[in-house]
Amino acid sequence: MRVFVEGVGVLGPGLQGWEAARRVLTGEEPFRPASTLIGASDLLPAAERRRTPVPVKLALAVGQEAFQNAGRDASATATVFTSSSGEGETLHHMCEALASAERDVSPTRFHNSVHNAAAGYWGIATRSREASTSLCAYDASFAAGLVEAVTQVASWGKPVALIAYDQPYPEPLHSARPLLASFGAALVLAPGATGRASATFELAVLPGDGKPTVMSDSGLEELRRGIPAARALPLLEALARKSQSEVVLDFLTEVRLRVSVSRC
Amino acid sequence: MRRALREKRSGLTPCDFETARIDTYVGTVPALDDLRVRPDLLDYDCRNNRLAQLCLEQDGFTGQVAAARDRHGAGRIGLYLGTSTSGLHATELAYRRRDPETGALPADYRYAETQNAYSLGEFVRRYLGLTGPGFVVSSACSSTAKAFGSAARMITAGICDAAVVGGADSLCLMTLYGFHSLGLTSAGPCRPFDVNRDGISIGEGAGFALIEKADRARSEAILLLGVGESSDAYHMSTPHPEGLGARIAMRQALDSAGLRPADIDYINLHGTATKTNDASEDRAVFEIFGPQTPCSSTKGATGHLLGAAGITEAVVSILAIEEGLMPGSANTRRVDPAIRSNYLIENRRGKVTRVLSNSFGFGGSNCSLVLGVAQ
Repeated sequence: MRVFVEGVGVLGPGLQGWEAARRVLTGEEPFRPASTLIGASDLLPAAERRRTPVPVKLALAVGQEAFQNAGRDASATATVFTSSSGEGETLHHMCEALASAERDVSPTRFHNSVHNAAAGYWGIATRSREASTSLCAYDASFAAGLVEAVTQVASWGKPVALIAYDQPYPEPLHSARPLLASFGAALVLAPGATGRASATFELAVLPGDGKPTVMSDSGLEELRRGIPAARALPLLEALARKSQSEVVLDFLTEVRLRVSVSRC
Repeated sequence: MRRALREKRSGLTPCDFETARIDTYVGTVPALDDLRVRPDLLDYDCRNNRLAQLCLEQDGFTGQVAAARDRHGAGRIGLYLGTSTSGLHATELAYRRRDPETGALPADYRYAETQNAYSLGEFVRRYLGLTGPGFVVSSACSSTAKAFGSAARMITAGICDAAVVGGADSLCLMTLYGFHSLGLTSAGPCRPFDVNRDGISIGEGAGFALIEKADRARSEAILLLGVGESSDAYHMSTPHPEGLGARIAMRQALDSAGLRPADIDYINLHGTATKTNDASEDRAVFEIFGPQTPCSSTKGATGHLLGAAGITEAVVSILAIEEGLMPGSANTRRVDPAIRSNYLIENRRGKVTRVLSNSFGFGGSNCSLVLGVAQ
């Protein structure tokens, strides 16, 4: 299955937006880890903006950047959201409330607790009534999202955006599931060549436990290993370098994804 | 389930789940309290995976999967499941046992094997001995309906030759207290489409199906004829008042099946029994199907199984076809006079060849399936 990559969005430590990330991934600038800055989305009406939890803001920010770079209309594009961690802060507050004698839970927190909260806010923000799914495959969540997004493009012959994001949990959940930092990555994928497309992905699912492509920079490799959404990094590096390359991504036990990246 | 539908029986009972003190009814699976998951998978032991295991052991399903494994190879069978809350109840229990000094969760708390949305996926993958690709869809109450869409696309694209679809959602305090905080739980057993409906009854349930390429199908096989997916783009917990997203999903499902509205014999509605859901779903159904097509919600019998609603109502749809039975709406006494669709209170017998099943969720996530037999 082949898809055309029209736009990229990224937010991570020291990777503040695709342009900054591109310079780091091509080696033009060194990787300097710093806190990920996640702003509130100006796409949302003020009432919704106040209610959005951080993972939702992260997903909206990278999604919006990818669509801007693709020059494509988000309201007419299907989306695949994927996250290992989902809505950690909300989960924590809900579980704290449920462990208390009063069990006074907030209705807004409750509807924000669903794994597809980001997808719901994205729909409200972009007015997109297109299909949207929300996936999880623990550490393999990025590969799961990519195979779903590429398969959707192939099935429907329409563009699809993939939005992968993970936000570290607050304590005490953080100790049970430590995630290194906030990281989000988004790709707008299309079925055919357009003026905006910079590369193609040819995707294959491989049996076996082959070694995944790693990052040569130790700091970036630490991110890749430490945050499920950052498993996107080798693919982003191939896009930044605009070179023909083959990237192997971790998927489930005994399954890998191979992505052949070509310029176009 | 076949017998319960024939008898129009409801499984809803006053809520006595764990320590919940809410004046509502629930659909519980009491066997889960004493069940333990298979010894080699004990790390995954939690209410949701117990429910999944109990369901996998029904109706010879594990034997069917083993035969498919022999036919295709374990690596060629995909696994596309859905859940809304996964093993969240394990986290709720762990939060009551935090270290009084440090606040830490107890040492025996296992995040990956219980809380994470993929816990269900990994548990079922190991339980069935599958090594193909897969993931868990978690889009609230449309999760296990959307899993059908993913699985069908993966098989068509050649990613796998067959797939296990379905999933499980078990009771937890979060959904009971959460829906209660939104004013959406009924004080009695829920009454879909009733003039006096006052909210949902939450239930727990699971369902699994093995799907393969249609060209291998026997003549009596149930076919997944169409899938439609859309978003409301309206509100996080309230459906679009005119059912706009629902309409898009149903139209797409019909289009992808190459069918007209008149080709559908029965519609299994989402029908949660909230004022807003039933009103907006009725508008959407009436707009497309008019006043003829028989439709009903089976949530008066099962309760709202949340993430498992899609698969369990796909099973109801299959039983409707096999039995020639359009199930009436348990607990509904008088249909709201504002409802314009052909809503069934009593069971109706007749030939059923194609069913449309609706599943809509928080975040405005909509999915409609068309199931049927070959003509």
